[in-house]
Amino acid sequence: MQVAIVDYGAGNLRSAEKALAAAAKDSARVIVTADPDAVRKADRIVLPGVGAFAACKHGLDSLPGMVEALEEAVLKQGKPFLGICVGMQLMASVGVEFGTHKGLDWIKGKVVVLDPADKSLRIPQMGWNDLKLAHVGHRALAATRNGDHAYFVHSFHFVADRSQDVLATVEYGGPVTAIIGRDNLLGVQFHPEKSQQVGLTLLASFLKWNP
Amino acid sequence: MLKMRVIPCLDVKDGRTVKGVNFVNLVDAGDPVEQATLYDEAGADELCFLDITASHENRDTLYDVVAKTASVCFMPLTVGGGVRRIEDIRKLLLAGADKVSINTAAVKEPAFVRQAAEKFGAQCITVSIDAKQVAPERYEIFTHGGRNPTGIDAVAFARQVAELGAGELLVTSMDRDGTKQGYNIPLTRAIADAVRVPVIASGGVGTLDHLVEGIRDGHATAVLAASIFHFGEFTIGQAKAHMAKAGLPMRQ
Repeated sequence: MQVAIVDYGAGNLRSAEKALAAAAKDSARVIVTADPDAVRKADRIVLPGVGAFAACKHGLDSLPGMVEALEEAVLKQGKPFLGICVGMQLMASVGVEFGTHKGLDWIKGKVVVLDPADKSLRIPQMGWNDLKLAHVGHRALAATRNGDHAYFVHSFHFVADRSQDVLATVEYGGPVTAIIGRDNLLGVQFHPEKSQQVGLTLLASFLKWNP
Repeated sequence: MLKMRVIPCLDVKDGRTVKGVNFVNLVDAGDPVEQATLYDEAGADELCFLDITASHENRDTLYDVVAKTASVCFMPLTVGGGVRRIEDIRKLLLAGADKVSINTAAVKEPAFVRQAAEKFGAQCITVSIDAKQVAPERYEIFTHGGRNPTGIDAVAFARQVAELGAGELLVTSMDRDGTKQGYNIPLTRAIADAVRVPVIASGGVGTLDHLVEGIRDGHATAVLAASIFHFGEFTIGQAKAHMAKAGLPMRQ
């Protein structure tokens, strides 16, 4: 099995690569690539991302043929897809960060600034928060437990149009989307590659997932 | 609910840890990668490397340590010490650091913070503020390990770098560092109350109660400590259990 991590210049991909390789335990070959053909040929696709929504979308759009390759592999062929942090946010219809920018529009919703009413809550949300699973038994989250802690760093969050697309939330002055998904799509706001055993467990489930 | 963070910090010089770390099962007392692994297993919430390598030529040893650590530890890693140029940040992030802490360069040229945050994202830019109390309720920034006064007010500086895009502030009291008398709570609180970004309390931890005070009274959301963990006085687990008992939300 080949796993492609899409390299569009958005930060450090080494951690994601290492964590996926550790979770795969030799059952998958993990490649970091900016080549649309390699993305088309992969069995599973991971879209990471750090920084601002617009900068990440611009980076992705700047790779000729990459968005088309992603749409073909993920939407048409139904290959399992995982978006991480801003990679997850890019799955939204629009992002409202330094202006309004179109996302991939794979899961209906908006990415908006995190602004909890409780002003004692810091922005960015930085640290470990416990997951509240909305759908117990989702197969991509087979080994993820209610109350598992994952590591978050973000100032914007995904507000989904349809509640059934929200697979898990965390509490941060109200519910904040932690995991979104539908069909063969999965997106996590936190960093599984930085979430110790909880993260590795989720990545292992993703690698075994046959939607 | 978001949990408060406990962050052990390792001083690294020429690729080796300098302050002795006294773990029972440690094979090589100077190997930062092995120590990082043990802290990872012990449930540290993040890890911090402070590079104190003096010579520029030996800086490359740090990238190697960061890369090796990131290959085996799947936890957030902050690296600081001698970060002066955009290129330094890029190299550290590519090696596997998640956050980079900037100190002297931010004091010399605050615009560097904006440049770094725009380039790499606020989430990976920590500004490290070393301050000393110079009068009642007045704290001044010092550089070069606390030797050089700058005349800059620490609270005003904290506000400024937060606006420029720092994603987090590491506040070290230079009066308290190494004293084991506890964090400088008025300093920590003055800064934490002046900004909305997370603040890490640092400098002076001697007891587990000091960790509680940093958060409860200093309004930090993370506590950094070195020697109490390195010398085996307390484990990460004991620290977290103590903090939880005091009513703080902890990941255990």
